[in-house]
Amino acid sequence: MNKLSIHTKESVWALLENVSDPEVPVLSIHDLGVVRDVIVSNDDEVEVIITPTYSGCPAMHAIASNIKFELIAHGFKQVTVKEILSPAWTTDWITEAGKQKLKEYGIAPPQYSTANNPHEKDAVVPCPRCNSIETTLISQFGSTACKALYKCDTCLEPFDYFKCH
Amino acid sequence: MNPDLISYLLQLADNSLIHGHRLSEWCGHGPVLEVDMALSNIALDNIGAARSFYQYIAEIEGGDKTEDSYPYFRDVTEFKNILLVELPNGDFGDTIARSFYFDAFQQVFYKSLSQSSDERIAAIAQKSLKEVMYHLRFSREWVIRLGDGTDESKNRIQKSIHKYWEYTGEMFLPSEVEKNLTASNSAVDVSLLKDEWMQIVTETIEDARISFPLSAENAWFQQGGKNGMHTEYLGFVLAELQYMQKTYPGAEW
Repeated sequence: MNKLSIHTKESVWALLENVSDPEVPVLSIHDLGVVRDVIVSNDDEVEVIITPTYSGCPAMHAIASNIKFELIAHGFKQVTVKEILSPAWTTDWITEAGKQKLKEYGIAPPQYSTANNPHEKDAVVPCPRCNSIETTLISQFGSTACKALYKCDTCLEPFDYFKCH
Repeated sequence: MNPDLISYLLQLADNSLIHGHRLSEWCGHGPVLEVDMALSNIALDNIGAARSFYQYIAEIEGGDKTEDSYPYFRDVTEFKNILLVELPNGDFGDTIARSFYFDAFQQVFYKSLSQSSDERIAAIAQKSLKEVMYHLRFSREWVIRLGDGTDESKNRIQKSIHKYWEYTGEMFLPSEVEKNLTASNSAVDVSLLKDEWMQIVTETIEDARISFPLSAENAWFQQGGKNGMHTEYLGFVLAELQYMQKTYPGAEW
């Protein structure tokens, strides 16, 4: 047990860096942009407010449990995780560090902001392995709701694209 | 507690749940892997939207209600979904046609519902709208691909587009509950959405080079779902969906 003597909002944010997305384990939930707020009260009570990526995302339940484990392991007595829907999560909230980690992991990060996201047919999605921009959309729906399936026409590898949402 | 609000939320939740359940029946049976995954993903989005509505209802009703009380422990006549979504999957073209009509409706509907005076409803609608745009893109492109494909695929999607037409009218016929809630701006006046929906349908049918349902003008439409009067198919959906909770109430894993 690594019990911190004084908990602050900042120390909780730092601890949340240790909680990863169960489906994309290189991303912390902070990188993913799902943590909206942290409210510390009475030194050992905390409320973490998160927003789901997709309505039916099965990872949200695991994320909520992992937040609780992490914070209880660091001395909190009472941890509440609250889910809010508004404002709706968008891939614009993925941090720059998160996008870099995605690419290194082999998943092409979102290439556009949601405000000016072109139709998939017109989107240019570089291959995360060889950086070629000669790539083809295979399916708008990949292994999870947040990803589309592409193939690289240069190195011929298939890859996932974290689609703009 | 406003009984009209509960009833309205059930209608929205049940539409998404039953549509999602039907699509989930394709899991492992899609014509190709990518389609299998797409249909399963779309099913998941719909079931997720249904959960958001059921959670809201459980909070309003309080007591020992949970989000599971509604999908698992109500009987056929208590479900308020429109008839379209409970119809059997049929062949792939049937599922695409049925999904296309519904996805086009959901996109227009959620856009309007995002302005609801009920903040929670508006938040769920905003979230779902982003997802439904993908669903519509998928089903619309498949209507076009099948219609503009081989003679066989063209004939079959044409048949499917005709087949479900008589179930589309119910989407735009407001129930008493919807009329009551429209006055307070928490619900959408669905009768105002038909033109925008029709535009999406017309464009898609033209792009697919198939013909419009013959009975499109002055058609007679099936209805009843919003008031709990369903086709015989819904009972079979619920038998499968509710089996585990009815056999082992409260079972968890």
